Amino acid sequence: MPFFPDIFGQALNGLSYGVLLFLLSVGLTLIFGMLDVVNLAHGSFYMLGAYAGLSLIAATGSFWLALALAPLAVGVVGAVVERTCLRPLYRRSPLDQVLLTFGFIYLFEDLVKWIWGGRIRSIPSPDLFSGSVTVFGATVPSYRLFVIAFGLAMAVALWLVIERTRLGAIVRAGVFDAEMTAGMGINIDRVFTWVFAGGAALAGLSGVIAGPIQSAYPPMGASILIPALIVVVVGGLGSLKGSLAGSLIIGQAETFGKAWLPGASMVIIYVVMALVLLLRPQGLFGRPLR
Amino acid sequence: MDQWTRRTFLGTATAAAASAAVGPWTRRASAQAAPLKIGLVLPYTGVYAVLGESITQGMELVFAREGWTVAGRKIEMIKEDDEMKPPVGVRKTEKLIDSDKVDILTGPVHSGILMGMRDKVHDSKTILIVSNAGADAISRERCSKWIFRVSFSNWQPCQPMGGWVAKNVSKEVFQIAPNYQAGKDMMGAFRETFVPAGGKMVAEDYPKLGETDYAPYLTKIKQSGAKAVFAFFSGSDAVNFVKQYDQFGLKQQIKLTGAGFLTEPDVLPAQGKSALGVITGHFYTPLLDNPTNQRFVKEFRYKFSGKMPDGFACQGYDTAEVIVRAVKAANGNTQDKDRLTEIIGALEFESPRGHFRFDPKTHNVIQPFIYVREVKEVAGGLNNVPIDKIADVRDPGTGCTLPA
Repeated sequence: MPFFPDIFGQALNGLSYGVLLFLLSVGLTLIFGMLDVVNLAHGSFYMLGAYAGLSLIAATGSFWLALALAPLAVGVVGAVVERTCLRPLYRRSPLDQVLLTFGFIYLFEDLVKWIWGGRIRSIPSPDLFSGSVTVFGATVPSYRLFVIAFGLAMAVALWLVIERTRLGAIVRAGVFDAEMTAGMGINIDRVFTWVFAGGAALAGLSGVIAGPIQSAYPPMGASILIPALIVVVVGGLGSLKGSLAGSLIIGQAETFGKAWLPGASMVIIYVVMALVLLLRPQGLFGRPLR
Repeated sequence: MDQWTRRTFLGTATAAAASAAVGPWTRRASAQAAPLKIGLVLPYTGVYAVLGESITQGMELVFAREGWTVAGRKIEMIKEDDEMKPPVGVRKTEKLIDSDKVDILTGPVHSGILMGMRDKVHDSKTILIVSNAGADAISRERCSKWIFRVSFSNWQPCQPMGGWVAKNVSKEVFQIAPNYQAGKDMMGAFRETFVPAGGKMVAEDYPKLGETDYAPYLTKIKQSGAKAVFAFFSGSDAVNFVKQYDQFGLKQQIKLTGAGFLTEPDVLPAQGKSALGVITGHFYTPLLDNPTNQRFVKEFRYKFSGKMPDGFACQGYDTAEVIVRAVKAANGNTQDKDRLTEIIGALEFESPRGHFRFDPKTHNVIQPFIYVREVKEVAGGLNNVPIDKIADVRDPGTGCTLPA
């Protein structure tokens, strides 16, 4: 029978997984909300982040430096992709954009194989968080506690940027109505680039953060894309709050599903998504469908 | 007389054009002996590409030693990427058999591909040397006169470990493996000797193949009261599981044991020190001290820029050794397939893993030894050090009705 340390331990597991999903999905949902682009290559930015992190750790010997620099590098890649490839397609059908970002999955995967090879690699935990600790009878790797704290801090920081700054106001306006925002004299093209680069950088950041828990291998980006898309659907398109709520719900559902209903664990997140779509088609925090 | 349809017309026209185009060359080539065509159905892209690469390199080492000719026939390898997808693997198999008309087929890595290609191979009487896939059924109810396996059946590395773990590690074990046929096969094989030796299964779990977060399972293992874990994972699953097992602090309290793939050299570097102390059962480790293996390791590392051979490379080596020895014994005649299967079935030679021979009852290799290995730090980094061994491990072959 499940008892307290078990439940508490599993809740922490679910929280660390959910926070990781949040870092990944928040970029995806903002890009979708503002640019109206389903960026299927978002998982590739996650993979690029992990590999850039690997190289930066090898070069500098510091996990923390890699954590700071790898997202910047991925952000630059994101900006280039948006400026050169995505921009000409904004006036075309969404299918063209989906096709383009789908193509980028393969392009980035081959690029990674070409630069880093196909072997499975892994990022070691930073020395500071290499052990495990016992909290209320549940054993948790200290690195996972760091991930939880870091992810929640990022959520607060992102909320402050979006709700309390001018840039955030522009992004919110852009999500609501990009054309009208442009009509108010905002250079919406530049904001698009920033949002896309920012989303890519966040995906890169989650790639580095996930590195010590998971391994880095070329198809890693494609396998994480599905849960991230589910989070976006559950939380509501373009909503920061929705992305956080969706991530935490999916994180807990998947973790407790694996722990208590092992036979059904593969379908449980799809069940959650289907329930949300039935009861609230716009997602938990999405705008009502027009 | 049938009517000419568009398709038959096109087919005939294409064939005529093709034979006109290649005619002069085939005629010139037939003045000498035709090349020995060997088809390889292996993964050359994706996470499992490193396995396909190791197997291919093991084969190349033998063929290079023979100067790429056997019994006067030039050796020609035709490599096909199966992408670890059964439909693709089956399609490539059909291509190799029907269009390339290979003399001998080898591969695959994926058990699902092996099961998918089995009937095509059997019905077309193509000789297949299985170089990895361990599906037990191929040595049992789905065995075939034309199929030989040099690698292992899933049962082989796990069955002897049950008794060994019960005797030397603990009688209270938690089992965990990916949720697919090979995972279930291996866990079942372990129980065959574990339970009779007084072992008690505390619990078992089957995470999905390709799982990235094992935290929920690790918390369960921790709370279960088990004293040891028996696990089977490979590829990225093996890296994630072993790393996270260590991060959760379980390694010091609950001994981690498993099937050899858990710590093979394709995953060991990424696992790093997390893998120290993990005990696995496998038919091979590069540290074996027989002379054939010492020469194999030396030549392999010399040819492939310092790479340490793994079990997969040994499987490739033995695949090629079987082909070379059989074709030599048949004086280059691969047309008389009945005779060739008799020759292959009777082969015996020194392999890096020990004295190699097939079980006449199943055409599956009899493992000279299953080695119990522990990951330790040795010269050249982490490696699987043999600490014990179990001799002559042969699959029970239940349901296989090959003529003995």
